[in-house]
Amino acid sequence: MIFPSTAGQTVGPYFAIGLPWSEGSHAVAPGTAGAITLRGVIYDGAGKPIPDFLLETWQADPAGRFADLHGHGGPSEIVGFRGFARVGHEDGDGSFELLTVKPGPLATASGTIAAPHIDVSLFARGLLHRCVTRFYFADEEAANAVDPVLATVSPERRETLLAKPAEGGYEIDIHLQGPEETVFFAL
Amino acid sequence: MTDSGATPRQIYDPVSETPSSYVREAPGIQPPLDFPEYKSTALRHPKQPLIYLPQNITELTGPALGSLAPVGDLDNDLTRQHGGAPIGERTVVFGRVLDTEGKPLRNTMVEIWQANASGRYRHRWDRFPAPLDPNFSGAGRAITDDEGRYRFVTIKPGPYPWGNHYNAWRPAHIHFSLLGRAFTQRLVTQMYFPGDPLFRYDPIFNSIPDAAARKRLVSRFSIQDTEPDWALAYEFDIYLRGPGATPFEEAL
Repeated sequence: MIFPSTAGQTVGPYFAIGLPWSEGSHAVAPGTAGAITLRGVIYDGAGKPIPDFLLETWQADPAGRFADLHGHGGPSEIVGFRGFARVGHEDGDGSFELLTVKPGPLATASGTIAAPHIDVSLFARGLLHRCVTRFYFADEEAANAVDPVLATVSPERRETLLAKPAEGGYEIDIHLQGPEETVFFAL
Repeated sequence: MTDSGATPRQIYDPVSETPSSYVREAPGIQPPLDFPEYKSTALRHPKQPLIYLPQNITELTGPALGSLAPVGDLDNDLTRQHGGAPIGERTVVFGRVLDTEGKPLRNTMVEIWQANASGRYRHRWDRFPAPLDPNFSGAGRAITDDEGRYRFVTIKPGPYPWGNHYNAWRPAHIHFSLLGRAFTQRLVTQMYFPGDPLFRYDPIFNSIPDAAARKRLVSRFSIQDTEPDWALAYEFDIYLRGPGATPFEEAL
């Protein structure tokens, strides 16, 4: 028997009493070799930073290994690698910052090579369910050029998925609407 | 930080219980992101069509619990997190986390947060002039057992007003967050209580197009699990997307 899946509902304005974790923004332990910060600002359709959001990321380590439940390909060998970050703000300035390492390329089921990427979930008041996007890296030009997902995005919108090198790591903003609207995915 | 040039590792090691894809959801089950009756969606919903994302290893894996937030013995009892007992209807909320094939998800984290009995959240943005309860924080965590079961002891939350429209009140609800076993299964939702007179007026509840899908967010009163001389019990089962091929998967 197949059951229908449970519907989502908005995370609302008060998630901060339950969801943020201490050190939630650390996908790797501080001091990890090659650690980078990933930062950006989330904007609404009026071009204003949104003060309340919950952002989560999930990714492989540089060797393409995950800190996952299933042990795919063996667990990450990086001590303290979580591969998962959760950043929640209830009345911030729209900005997020997390500590991680740059993921490696991954083989896909169809034999292509996925460029280094981080999967992103965004939850907020006013979002009735999760928005999914990805962070790619602007300095992975060769890998990005053959990435099977980027290939499905029009060249003018592809830019919205690229984190750009910045001091200590990378920067990428998320625009929920507007001329620079971020590409969001149906998963 | 430049082109890594690393050779991708073979990642499709056979690992039991990991599907090669998860079912895509039928139309009508999930609320639309653009829903004018819920005013906050106006400036926050993406306007461009979503782009189809094939499921690969990043989407099929999910965080292991051990490295995340530890769950303490009292985290699933919201009535015992302070020196005294909170005021309100003591309530047991229990159920199972399953996938859409009915297979239990064991050892997965369930997080909840809610208003207190008077409908007030312990949050600085909540200005509803109802009393805070010094003995109630309103947040809990549980880990499912081998049958996918979770159980919380809490206080039944009160309904509360909000600014969406004239005389807007949210039906009483408990927020749920589930990590599942994979990025694809991640779910944030709300559980409601049976018979709430506010259902018909609530745009968040009614944003879900399918009536049966709305009904599945309403918990079921259980006399069997109600504890004599102690607490009423409400059952809420949660179904996360299970294994399933999609005809489009081959294309990418």
